[in-house]
Amino acid sequence: MERYSWNWAILVTEPYVYWILSGIVWTILVALAGWVIALALGSVVGVARTLRQPVVRAIVGAYVETFRNVPLLVQIFLWYFVLPELLPAAAGQWLKRDLPHAEFWTAVVSLGTYTACRIGEQVRAGIEAIAKGQTHAGLATGLTLPQVYRHILVPVGFRMTVPALTSEFINIFKNSALALTIGVLELTSRTRQVAEYTYQAIELFTAATVVYALITLIVTFAMRVVERRARLPGMIQSARTGP
Amino acid sequence: MRKYFCIVAGALLAVALAGPAAAQEHYGTLKKIKEGGTVGIGHNEDSPPFSFIGKDGKPQGYTMDLCLKIVDGIKAELKMDKLEVRYVPLIATTRIPLLLNGTVDMVCGTTTNNLTRQRQVDFLATTFITGNRILTKKGSGIKDVEDLKGKRVTVNQGTSNEKIIKELDAKLKLGIRFLDTKDQPQGWLALETGRSDAHVTDEVVAFGLISKSKNPEQYEVVGRLFSYDPYSIVVRRDDSAFRLVGNKVLADLFRSGNINAIYDKWLSQINMPMTDMLKIVFQAQALPE
Repeated sequence: MERYSWNWAILVTEPYVYWILSGIVWTILVALAGWVIALALGSVVGVARTLRQPVVRAIVGAYVETFRNVPLLVQIFLWYFVLPELLPAAAGQWLKRDLPHAEFWTAVVSLGTYTACRIGEQVRAGIEAIAKGQTHAGLATGLTLPQVYRHILVPVGFRMTVPALTSEFINIFKNSALALTIGVLELTSRTRQVAEYTYQAIELFTAATVVYALITLIVTFAMRVVERRARLPGMIQSARTGP
Repeated sequence: MRKYFCIVAGALLAVALAGPAAAQEHYGTLKKIKEGGTVGIGHNEDSPPFSFIGKDGKPQGYTMDLCLKIVDGIKAELKMDKLEVRYVPLIATTRIPLLLNGTVDMVCGTTTNNLTRQRQVDFLATTFITGNRILTKKGSGIKDVEDLKGKRVTVNQGTSNEKIIKELDAKLKLGIRFLDTKDQPQGWLALETGRSDAHVTDEVVAFGLISKSKNPEQYEVVGRLFSYDPYSIVVRRDDSAFRLVGNKVLADLFRSGNINAIYDKWLSQINMPMTDMLKIVFQAQALPE
Protein backbone atom coordinates (compact mmCIF):
# COMPACT_ATOMS: atom_id res chain seq x y z
CA MET A 1 0.00 0.00 0.00
CA GLU A 2 3.01 2.27 -0.28
CA ARG A 3 1.39 3.98 -3.24
CA TYR A 4 -1.84 4.85 -1.50
CA SER A 5 -2.24 8.58 -1.17
CA TRP A 6 -3.93 9.18 2.15
CA ASN A 7 -6.44 11.95 2.58
CA TRP A 8 -8.31 11.83 5.86
CA ALA A 9 -9.67 15.32 5.21
CA ILE A 10 -12.07 13.70 2.73
CA LEU A 11 -14.23 12.70 5.71
CA VAL A 12 -15.00 16.32 6.56
CA THR A 13 -15.13 17.64 3.00
CA GLU A 14 -18.40 19.01 1.64
CA PRO A 15 -20.61 17.52 0.32
CA TYR A 16 -19.30 14.11 1.39
CA VAL A 17 -19.61 14.79 5.10
CA TYR A 18 -23.35 15.47 4.67
CA TRP A 19 -23.82 12.32 2.63
CA ILE A 20 -22.21 10.25 5.35
CA LEU A 21 -24.23 11.96 8.08
CA SER A 22 -27.46 11.32 6.15
CA GLY A 23 -26.31 7.71 5.74
CA ILE A 24 -25.97 7.40 9.52
CA VAL A 25 -29.48 8.81 10.01
CA TRP A 26 -30.98 6.31 7.53
CA THR A 27 -29.12 3.40 9.13
CA ILE A 28 -30.58 4.35 12.50
CA LEU A 29 -34.08 4.88 11.08
CA VAL A 30 -34.13 1.55 9.23
CA ALA A 31 -32.81 -0.36 12.23
CA LEU A 32 -35.13 1.27 14.79
CA ALA A 33 -38.25 0.95 12.63
CA GLY A 34 -37.33 -2.66 11.89
CA TRP A 35 -36.82 -3.25 15.60
CA VAL A 36 -40.35 -2.04 16.43
CA ILE A 37 -41.81 -4.65 14.06
CA ALA A 38 -39.36 -7.30 15.24
CA LEU A 39 -40.16 -6.82 18.91
CA ALA A 40 -43.94 -6.69 18.45
CA LEU A 41 -44.18 -9.56 16.00
CA GLY A 42 -41.46 -11.55 17.78
CA SER A 43 -43.33 -11.41 21.09
CA VAL A 44 -46.53 -12.70 19.50
CA VAL A 45 -44.64 -15.45 17.69
CA GLY A 46 -42.75 -16.42 20.83
CA VAL A 47 -45.93 -16.76 22.87
CA ALA A 48 -47.76 -18.57 20.06
CA ARG A 49 -44.95 -21.12 19.86
CA THR A 50 -45.69 -22.15 23.46
CA LEU A 51 -49.44 -22.54 22.99
CA ARG A 52 -51.10 -25.95 22.80
CA GLN A 53 -53.33 -25.34 19.73
CA PRO A 54 -51.75 -27.40 16.91
CA VAL A 55 -52.96 -25.05 14.15
CA VAL A 56 -51.41 -22.00 15.76
CA ARG A 57 -48.19 -23.88 16.46
CA ALA A 58 -48.01 -25.08 12.87
CA ILE A 59 -48.54 -21.61 11.44
CA VAL A 60 -45.96 -19.85 13.60
CA GLY A 61 -43.62 -22.83 13.27
CA ALA A 62 -43.74 -22.54 9.49
CA TYR A 63 -43.17 -18.80 9.76
CA VAL A 64 -40.11 -19.20 11.98
CA GLU A 65 -38.57 -21.95 9.88
CA THR A 66 -39.09 -20.04 6.63
CA PHE A 67 -37.78 -16.70 7.76
CA ARG A 68 -34.93 -18.16 9.76
CA ASN A 69 -33.68 -20.43 6.98
CA VAL A 70 -33.77 -18.09 3.98
CA PRO A 71 -30.85 -15.64 3.70
CA LEU A 72 -31.90 -12.11 4.60
CA LEU A 73 -30.57 -10.77 1.31
CA VAL A 74 -32.86 -13.12 -0.60
CA GLN A 75 -35.79 -12.11 1.58
CA ILE A 76 -35.19 -8.45 0.83
CA PHE A 77 -35.18 -9.22 -2.90
CA LEU A 78 -38.38 -11.22 -2.63
CA TRP A 79 -40.16 -8.45 -0.75
CA TYR A 80 -38.95 -5.79 -3.14
CA PHE A 81 -39.00 -7.35 -6.57
CA VAL A 82 -41.25 -10.38 -6.37
CA LEU A 83 -44.09 -9.42 -4.01
CA PRO A 84 -45.42 -6.53 -6.18
CA GLU A 85 -45.64 -8.90 -9.16
CA LEU A 86 -47.66 -11.45 -7.19
CA LEU A 87 -50.21 -8.96 -5.86
CA PRO A 88 -53.21 -7.74 -7.87
CA ALA A 89 -52.04 -5.22 -10.45
CA ALA A 90 -53.35 -2.15 -8.64
CA ALA A 91 -51.75 -3.11 -5.32
CA GLY A 92 -48.47 -4.01 -7.02
CA GLN A 93 -48.51 -0.71 -8.86
CA TRP A 94 -49.09 1.14 -5.60
CA LEU A 95 -46.15 -0.62 -3.96
CA LYS A 96 -43.89 0.11 -6.92
CA ARG A 97 -44.88 3.65 -7.76
CA ASP A 98 -47.01 5.45 -5.22
CA LEU A 99 -45.75 4.34 -1.83
CA PRO A 100 -43.33 7.05 -0.74
CA HIS A 101 -39.90 5.70 0.21
CA ALA A 102 -40.88 2.22 -0.95
CA GLU A 103 -37.30 0.97 -0.60
CA PHE A 104 -37.15 2.19 3.00
CA TRP A 105 -40.39 0.48 4.02
CA THR A 106 -39.43 -2.71 2.21
CA ALA A 107 -36.14 -2.78 4.09
CA VAL A 108 -37.93 -2.15 7.39
CA VAL A 109 -40.44 -4.94 6.81
CA SER A 110 -37.74 -7.39 5.67
CA LEU A 111 -35.49 -6.65 8.62
CA GLY A 112 -38.45 -6.64 11.02
CA THR A 113 -39.93 -9.96 9.94
CA TYR A 114 -36.52 -11.64 9.77
CA THR A 115 -35.47 -10.44 13.22
CA ALA A 116 -38.94 -11.23 14.59
CA CYS A 117 -38.54 -14.96 13.98
CA ARG A 118 -35.27 -14.92 15.89
CA ILE A 119 -36.75 -12.92 18.75
CA GLY A 120 -39.74 -15.28 18.73
CA GLU A 121 -37.42 -18.22 19.38
CA GLN A 122 -35.78 -16.40 22.26
CA VAL A 123 -39.08 -15.39 23.83
CA ARG A 124 -40.24 -18.99 23.51
CA ALA A 125 -37.07 -20.20 25.19
CA GLY A 126 -37.58 -17.62 27.94
CA ILE A 127 -41.14 -18.77 28.59
CA GLU A 128 -40.21 -22.45 28.44
CA ALA A 129 -37.42 -21.87 30.91
CA ILE A 130 -39.96 -20.95 33.58
CA ALA A 131 -40.74 -23.92 35.73
CA LYS A 132 -44.00 -25.66 34.79
CA GLY A 133 -45.00 -25.33 38.44
CA GLN A 134 -45.61 -21.63 37.96
CA THR A 135 -48.23 -22.25 35.29
CA HIS A 136 -49.87 -24.87 37.44
CA ALA A 137 -49.77 -22.63 40.49
CA GLY A 138 -51.31 -19.79 38.50
CA LEU A 139 -54.10 -22.00 37.21
CA ALA A 140 -54.65 -23.43 40.71
CA THR A 141 -55.17 -19.96 42.14
CA GLY A 142 -58.03 -19.47 39.70
CA LEU A 143 -56.28 -17.53 36.90
CA THR A 144 -57.33 -18.37 33.35
CA LEU A 145 -54.58 -19.42 30.90
CA PRO A 146 -54.51 -15.97 29.21
CA GLN A 147 -54.13 -14.43 32.65
CA VAL A 148 -51.29 -16.81 33.47
CA TYR A 149 -49.55 -15.65 30.30
CA ARG A 150 -50.24 -11.99 30.96
CA HIS A 151 -49.27 -11.86 34.61
CA ILE A 152 -46.68 -14.60 34.97
CA LEU A 153 -45.18 -16.18 31.84
CA VAL A 154 -44.74 -13.20 29.55
CA PRO A 155 -43.35 -10.71 32.10
CA VAL A 156 -40.94 -13.25 33.54
CA GLY A 157 -40.03 -14.85 30.21
CA PHE A 158 -39.29 -11.49 28.64
CA ARG A 159 -37.03 -10.41 31.45
CA MET A 160 -35.02 -13.59 31.02
CA THR A 161 -34.51 -12.93 27.32
CA VAL A 162 -33.10 -9.43 27.67
CA PRO A 163 -29.44 -10.47 27.17
CA ALA A 164 -30.35 -12.36 23.99
CA LEU A 165 -32.36 -9.39 22.76
CA THR A 166 -29.26 -7.22 23.09
CA SER A 167 -27.55 -9.34 20.44
CA GLU A 168 -30.54 -9.12 18.15
CA PHE A 169 -30.72 -5.36 18.59
CA ILE A 170 -27.06 -5.09 17.60
CA ASN A 171 -27.61 -7.46 14.67
CA ILE A 172 -30.43 -5.40 13.24
CA PHE A 173 -28.12 -2.39 12.99
CA LYS A 174 -25.50 -4.44 11.20
CA ASN A 175 -28.02 -6.22 8.96
CA SER A 176 -29.49 -2.87 7.96
CA ALA A 177 -26.51 -2.47 5.62
CA LEU A 178 -28.23 -4.95 3.29
CA ALA A 179 -30.86 -2.27 2.63
CA LEU A 180 -28.39 -0.74 0.19
CA THR A 181 -29.14 -3.55 -2.26
CA ILE A 182 -32.59 -2.10 -2.89
CA GLY A 183 -31.48 1.49 -2.91
CA VAL A 184 -31.69 2.78 0.66
CA LEU A 185 -28.81 5.23 0.94
CA GLU A 186 -27.75 4.17 4.42
CA LEU A 187 -24.27 4.34 5.91
CA THR A 188 -22.62 1.53 3.93
CA SER A 189 -24.03 2.64 0.60
CA ARG A 190 -23.05 6.24 1.28
CA THR A 191 -19.56 5.05 2.19
CA ARG A 192 -19.28 3.09 -1.04
CA GLN A 193 -20.64 6.04 -2.98
CA VAL A 194 -18.08 8.50 -1.64
CA ALA A 195 -15.34 5.88 -2.04
CA GLU A 196 -16.26 5.55 -5.71
CA TYR A 197 -16.30 9.30 -6.25
CA THR A 198 -13.01 9.97 -4.49
CA TYR A 199 -11.20 6.61 -4.58
CA GLN A 200 -10.31 7.11 -0.91
CA ALA A 201 -11.86 3.78 0.07
CA ILE A 202 -9.66 3.02 3.07
CA GLU A 203 -10.39 6.25 4.94
CA LEU A 204 -14.11 5.92 4.25
CA PHE A 205 -14.48 2.30 5.32
CA THR A 206 -12.41 2.99 8.43
CA ALA A 207 -14.82 5.78 9.30
CA ALA A 208 -17.83 3.55 8.64
CA THR A 209 -16.34 0.84 10.87
CA VAL A 210 -15.89 3.31 13.69
CA VAL A 211 -19.46 4.61 13.32
CA TYR A 212 -20.95 1.09 13.35
CA ALA A 213 -18.85 0.23 16.39
CA LEU A 214 -20.03 3.39 18.17
CA ILE A 215 -23.69 2.70 17.39
CA THR A 216 -23.49 -0.88 18.62
CA LEU A 217 -21.56 0.15 21.74
CA ILE A 218 -24.30 2.64 22.56
CA VAL A 219 -26.91 -0.08 22.03
CA THR A 220 -24.97 -2.47 24.26
CA PHE A 221 -24.70 0.17 26.96
CA ALA A 222 -28.40 1.06 26.77
CA MET A 223 -29.42 -2.60 26.90
CA ARG A 224 -27.19 -3.12 29.95
CA VAL A 225 -29.24 -0.51 31.73
CA VAL A 226 -32.43 -2.29 30.68
CA GLU A 227 -30.95 -5.59 31.82
CA ARG A 228 -30.13 -4.18 35.23
CA ARG A 229 -33.60 -2.67 35.65
CA ALA A 230 -35.37 -5.84 34.47
CA ARG A 231 -33.30 -8.19 36.59
CA LEU A 232 -35.25 -10.79 38.54
CA PRO A 233 -33.91 -11.57 41.97
CA GLY A 234 -33.22 -15.27 42.40
CA MET A 235 -33.10 -16.06 38.66
CA ILE A 236 -30.12 -17.42 36.76
CA GLN A 237 -29.60 -14.17 34.99
CA SER A 238 -29.35 -12.10 38.17
CA ALA A 239 -26.98 -14.65 39.65
CA ARG A 240 -24.68 -14.11 36.68
CA THR A 241 -24.77 -10.34 36.52
CA GLY A 242 -25.74 -9.65 40.12
CA PRO A 243 -23.66 -7.73 42.63
CA MET B 1 50.17 11.45 -12.79
CA ARG B 2 49.64 9.15 -15.66
CA LYS B 3 48.77 6.40 -13.21
CA TYR B 4 46.09 8.56 -11.56
CA PHE B 5 44.74 9.43 -14.96
CA CYS B 6 44.35 5.75 -15.74
CA ILE B 7 42.51 5.13 -12.51
CA VAL B 8 40.14 8.06 -13.05
CA ALA B 9 39.59 7.08 -16.68
CA GLY B 10 38.95 3.49 -15.62
CA ALA B 11 36.49 4.63 -12.99
CA LEU B 12 34.70 6.85 -15.47
CA LEU B 13 34.52 4.01 -17.95
CA ALA B 14 33.13 1.72 -15.30
CA VAL B 15 30.46 4.30 -14.41
CA ALA B 16 29.67 4.82 -18.08
CA LEU B 17 29.25 1.07 -18.58
CA ALA B 18 27.32 0.58 -15.37
CA GLY B 19 24.96 3.45 -16.20
CA PRO B 20 23.03 1.74 -19.00
CA ALA B 21 23.12 -1.53 -17.12
CA ALA B 22 21.44 0.12 -14.12
CA ALA B 23 18.83 1.65 -16.41
CA GLN B 24 17.92 -1.85 -17.56
CA GLU B 25 16.94 -2.74 -14.04
CA HIS B 26 13.20 -2.86 -13.60
CA TYR B 27 11.23 -1.26 -10.85
CA GLY B 28 7.64 -1.17 -9.64
CA THR B 29 5.13 -3.32 -11.46
CA LEU B 30 7.57 -4.65 -14.08
CA LYS B 31 9.96 -5.78 -11.36
CA LYS B 32 7.11 -7.40 -9.45
CA ILE B 33 5.89 -9.24 -12.56
CA LYS B 34 9.41 -10.36 -13.48
CA GLU B 35 10.09 -11.72 -10.00
CA GLY B 36 6.68 -13.29 -9.44
CA GLY B 37 6.18 -14.69 -12.94
CA THR B 38 2.51 -13.70 -12.81
CA VAL B 39 0.45 -10.70 -13.79
CA GLY B 40 -2.86 -9.99 -12.08
CA ILE B 41 -5.78 -8.80 -14.19
CA GLY B 42 -8.82 -7.42 -12.43
CA HIS B 43 -12.07 -7.75 -14.34
CA ASN B 44 -15.79 -7.08 -14.00
CA GLU B 45 -18.32 -9.86 -13.98
CA ASP B 46 -21.28 -8.08 -15.53
CA SER B 47 -20.15 -5.40 -17.99
CA PRO B 48 -20.57 -6.87 -21.45
CA PRO B 49 -19.09 -6.47 -23.96
CA PHE B 50 -16.11 -4.93 -22.15
CA SER B 51 -15.41 -7.22 -19.26
CA PHE B 52 -17.68 -10.04 -18.20
CA ILE B 53 -17.95 -13.72 -17.49
CA GLY B 54 -18.82 -15.54 -20.69
CA LYS B 55 -20.99 -18.61 -21.14
CA ASP B 56 -17.86 -20.74 -20.74
CA GLY B 57 -17.31 -19.20 -17.31
CA LYS B 58 -14.18 -17.33 -18.37
CA PRO B 59 -13.62 -13.59 -18.08
CA GLN B 60 -13.58 -11.96 -21.49
CA GLY B 61 -14.50 -8.86 -23.46
CA TYR B 62 -13.13 -5.88 -25.34
CA THR B 63 -11.05 -4.46 -22.51
CA MET B 64 -9.89 -7.95 -21.57
CA ASP B 65 -8.56 -8.54 -25.10
CA LEU B 66 -6.66 -5.25 -24.91
CA CYS B 67 -5.20 -6.26 -21.55
CA LEU B 68 -4.09 -9.61 -22.95
CA LYS B 69 -2.28 -7.72 -25.74
CA ILE B 70 -0.55 -5.72 -23.03
CA VAL B 71 0.38 -8.97 -21.27
CA ASP B 72 2.12 -10.02 -24.52
CA GLY B 73 3.88 -6.64 -24.52
CA ILE B 74 5.05 -7.18 -20.95
CA LYS B 75 6.33 -10.65 -21.86
CA ALA B 76 8.37 -9.19 -24.73
CA GLU B 77 9.65 -6.30 -22.62
CA LEU B 78 10.80 -8.59 -19.82
CA LYS B 79 11.99 -11.30 -22.24
CA MET B 80 9.97 -13.94 -20.43
CA ASP B 81 8.92 -17.20 -22.10
CA LYS B 82 6.09 -17.80 -19.76
CA LEU B 83 3.92 -15.33 -17.93
CA GLU B 84 1.01 -16.59 -15.95
CA VAL B 85 -2.17 -14.48 -15.96
CA ARG B 86 -4.18 -14.45 -12.75
CA TYR B 87 -7.78 -13.28 -13.13
CA VAL B 88 -9.39 -11.54 -10.16
CA PRO B 89 -13.05 -10.50 -10.25
CA LEU B 90 -13.51 -7.00 -8.88
CA ILE B 91 -16.42 -4.96 -7.67
CA ALA B 92 -16.46 -1.20 -7.36
CA THR B 93 -15.33 -1.19 -3.74
CA THR B 94 -12.49 -3.67 -4.11
CA ARG B 95 -11.14 -2.24 -7.32
CA ILE B 96 -8.75 0.34 -5.91
CA PRO B 97 -7.55 -1.44 -2.75
CA LEU B 98 -6.72 -4.62 -4.70
CA LEU B 99 -4.87 -2.63 -7.35
CA LEU B 100 -2.88 -0.68 -4.79
CA ASN B 101 -1.97 -3.66 -2.64
CA GLY B 102 -0.69 -5.53 -5.69
CA THR B 103 -3.32 -8.27 -5.97
CA VAL B 104 -4.00 -7.04 -9.49
CA ASP B 105 -1.70 -5.05 -11.78
CA MET B 106 -4.30 -3.79 -14.24
CA VAL B 107 -8.01 -3.12 -13.92
CA CYS B 108 -9.67 -4.09 -17.19
CA GLY B 109 -13.30 -3.04 -17.13
CA THR B 110 -15.34 0.06 -17.75
CA THR B 111 -13.59 2.64 -15.60
CA THR B 112 -14.03 6.30 -16.47
CA ASN B 113 -10.78 8.22 -16.41
CA ASN B 114 -11.16 11.43 -14.43
CA LEU B 115 -8.87 13.82 -12.62
CA THR B 116 -10.17 13.10 -9.11
CA ARG B 117 -9.37 9.43 -9.58
CA GLN B 118 -5.93 10.33 -10.91
CA ARG B 119 -5.03 11.49 -7.41
CA GLN B 120 -5.08 7.81 -6.49
CA VAL B 121 -4.40 5.79 -9.67
CA ASP B 122 -3.11 6.16 -13.19
CA PHE B 123 -4.84 5.44 -16.49
CA LEU B 124 -3.55 4.14 -19.81
CA ALA B 125 -4.67 5.52 -23.19
CA THR B 126 -8.40 5.95 -23.78
CA THR B 127 -9.91 2.75 -25.15
CA PHE B 128 -13.54 3.79 -25.48
CA ILE B 129 -15.68 6.88 -25.19
CA THR B 130 -19.20 7.00 -23.95
CA GLY B 131 -21.43 9.27 -21.94
CA ASN B 132 -24.65 9.33 -20.00
CA ARG B 133 -27.90 8.73 -21.82
CA ILE B 134 -31.38 7.74 -20.86
CA LEU B 135 -32.66 4.18 -21.18
CA THR B 136 -36.43 3.98 -21.20
CA LYS B 137 -39.40 2.00 -22.47
CA LYS B 138 -40.74 2.97 -25.87
CA GLY B 139 -43.81 5.13 -25.55
CA SER B 140 -42.79 6.53 -22.16
CA GLY B 141 -42.87 10.04 -23.62
CA ILE B 142 -39.31 10.64 -22.42
CA LYS B 143 -37.21 12.18 -25.18
CA ASP B 144 -34.47 13.98 -23.30
CA VAL B 145 -33.27 15.02 -19.84
CA GLU B 146 -35.91 17.75 -19.51
CA ASP B 147 -38.68 15.15 -19.81
CA LEU B 148 -37.50 13.48 -16.62
CA LYS B 149 -39.28 16.18 -14.60
CA GLY B 150 -40.97 14.54 -11.64
CA LYS B 151 -40.26 11.06 -12.99
CA ARG B 152 -38.93 8.07 -11.14
CA VAL B 153 -35.37 7.45 -12.34
CA THR B 154 -32.91 4.73 -11.40
CA VAL B 155 -29.17 5.31 -11.37
CA ASN B 156 -26.44 3.16 -9.85
CA GLN B 157 -24.95 4.13 -6.51
CA GLY B 158 -21.51 5.72 -6.62
CA THR B 159 -21.20 5.91 -10.40
CA SER B 160 -20.19 8.95 -12.38
CA ASN B 161 -23.68 8.63 -13.92
CA GLU B 162 -25.20 9.34 -10.53
CA LYS B 163 -23.00 12.34 -9.92
CA ILE B 164 -23.84 13.94 -13.27
CA ILE B 165 -27.58 13.32 -13.39
CA LYS B 166 -27.99 14.59 -9.83
CA GLU B 167 -26.09 17.76 -10.67
CA LEU B 168 -28.26 18.23 -13.79
CA ASP B 169 -31.39 17.60 -11.75
CA ALA B 170 -30.39 20.36 -9.31
CA LYS B 171 -29.38 22.74 -12.07
CA LEU B 172 -32.49 22.30 -14.20
CA LYS B 173 -34.77 21.98 -11.11
CA LEU B 174 -36.38 18.83 -12.49
CA GLY B 175 -37.41 17.31 -9.18
CA ILE B 176 -36.50 13.80 -10.33
CA ARG B 177 -37.42 11.08 -7.83
CA PHE B 178 -34.27 8.98 -7.72
CA LEU B 179 -33.95 5.34 -6.88
CA ASP B 180 -30.29 4.54 -6.29
CA THR B 181 -29.86 0.98 -7.48
CA LYS B 182 -26.91 -1.17 -6.52
CA ASP B 183 -25.79 -2.44 -9.93
CA GLN B 184 -26.88 -2.78 -13.57
CA PRO B 185 -29.03 -5.91 -13.19
CA GLN B 186 -31.04 -4.21 -10.46
CA GLY B 187 -31.36 -0.96 -12.35
CA TRP B 188 -32.64 -2.96 -15.27
CA LEU B 189 -35.05 -4.97 -13.11
CA ALA B 190 -36.52 -1.77 -11.69
CA LEU B 191 -37.11 -0.41 -15.19
CA GLU B 192 -38.46 -3.69 -16.51
CA THR B 193 -40.95 -4.15 -13.66
CA GLY B 194 -42.17 -0.57 -14.01
CA ARG B 195 -40.71 0.60 -10.73
CA SER B 196 -38.92 3.38 -12.57
CA ASP B 197 -39.58 5.35 -15.75
CA ALA B 198 -35.99 5.57 -16.88
CA HIS B 199 -32.51 4.30 -16.08
CA VAL B 200 -29.54 6.64 -16.48
CA THR B 201 -26.29 4.95 -17.41
CA ASP B 202 -23.48 5.02 -19.95
CA GLU B 203 -24.85 4.88 -23.49
CA VAL B 204 -22.90 1.74 -24.32
CA VAL B 205 -24.07 -0.02 -21.18
CA ALA B 206 -27.65 0.89 -22.06
CA PHE B 207 -27.27 -0.73 -25.49
CA GLY B 208 -25.72 -3.78 -23.82
CA LEU B 209 -28.63 -4.11 -21.40
CA ILE B 210 -31.17 -3.84 -24.22
CA SER B 211 -29.41 -6.45 -26.36
CA LYS B 212 -29.51 -8.89 -23.45
CA SER B 213 -33.19 -8.34 -22.63
CA LYS B 214 -36.10 -10.60 -23.45
CA ASN B 215 -37.91 -7.93 -25.52
CA PRO B 216 -35.25 -5.64 -26.98
CA GLU B 217 -37.82 -3.96 -29.24
CA GLN B 218 -39.63 -2.49 -26.23
CA TYR B 219 -36.75 -0.31 -25.09
CA GLU B 220 -34.85 2.64 -26.48
CA VAL B 221 -31.96 4.92 -25.64
CA VAL B 222 -32.99 8.56 -25.90
CA GLY B 223 -31.69 12.11 -25.56
CA ARG B 224 -28.33 13.74 -25.92
CA LEU B 225 -25.07 12.58 -24.41
CA PHE B 226 -24.84 14.59 -21.21
CA SER B 227 -21.39 13.63 -20.04
CA TYR B 228 -18.00 12.70 -21.40
CA ASP B 229 -16.77 9.35 -20.10
CA PRO B 230 -13.50 8.09 -21.53
CA TYR B 231 -12.85 4.47 -20.48
CA SER B 232 -9.29 3.44 -19.68
CA ILE B 233 -7.35 0.56 -18.21
CA VAL B 234 -6.32 1.44 -14.63
CA VAL B 235 -2.79 0.98 -13.32
CA ARG B 236 -0.87 2.07 -10.23
CA ARG B 237 0.39 5.63 -9.96
CA ASP B 238 4.00 6.75 -10.25
CA ASP B 239 5.02 3.82 -12.43
CA SER B 240 5.76 5.33 -15.80
CA ALA B 241 7.88 2.37 -16.97
CA PHE B 242 4.92 0.01 -16.68
CA ARG B 243 2.51 2.59 -18.06
CA LEU B 244 4.82 3.01 -21.06
CA VAL B 245 4.68 -0.72 -21.84
CA GLY B 246 0.89 -0.59 -21.77
CA ASN B 247 0.57 2.61 -23.78
CA LYS B 248 3.07 1.35 -26.36
CA VAL B 249 0.94 -1.74 -26.99
CA LEU B 250 -2.19 0.41 -27.30
CA ALA B 251 -0.46 2.96 -29.59
CA ASP B 252 0.67 0.08 -31.84
CA LEU B 253 -2.92 -1.19 -32.04
CA PHE B 254 -4.23 2.29 -32.86
CA ARG B 255 -1.49 2.97 -35.44
CA SER B 256 -1.75 -0.38 -37.22
CA GLY B 257 -5.53 -0.34 -37.23
CA ASN B 258 -5.57 -3.72 -35.48
CA ILE B 259 -7.83 -2.09 -32.91
CA ASN B 260 -10.68 -2.20 -35.44
CA ALA B 261 -10.91 -5.98 -35.50
CA ILE B 262 -10.91 -6.20 -31.72
CA TYR B 263 -13.50 -3.43 -31.53
CA ASP B 264 -15.80 -5.10 -34.05
CA LYS B 265 -15.44 -8.51 -32.45
CA TRP B 266 -17.02 -7.26 -29.22
CA LEU B 267 -18.93 -4.06 -29.91
CA SER B 268 -20.84 -5.50 -32.87
CA GLN B 269 -22.54 -7.74 -30.30
CA ILE B 270 -24.49 -4.72 -29.13
CA ASN B 271 -24.72 -2.97 -32.54
CA MET B 272 -22.45 -0.13 -31.53
CA PRO B 273 -20.38 1.10 -34.51
CA MET B 274 -17.25 3.13 -33.83
CA THR B 275 -18.13 6.81 -33.51
CA ASP B 276 -16.23 9.52 -35.40
CA MET B 277 -15.09 10.92 -32.10
CA LEU B 278 -13.56 7.62 -31.04
CA LYS B 279 -11.84 7.24 -34.43
CA ILE B 280 -10.20 10.63 -33.96
CA VAL B 281 -9.17 9.82 -30.39
CA PHE B 282 -7.59 6.55 -31.53
CA GLN B 283 -5.70 8.41 -34.29
CA ALA B 284 -4.53 11.04 -31.83
CA GLN B 285 -3.24 8.35 -29.50
CA ALA B 286 -1.40 6.46 -32.26
CA LEU B 287 1.94 7.91 -31.20
CA PRO B 288 4.90 7.14 -33.52
CA GLU B 289 7.57 4.67 -32.38
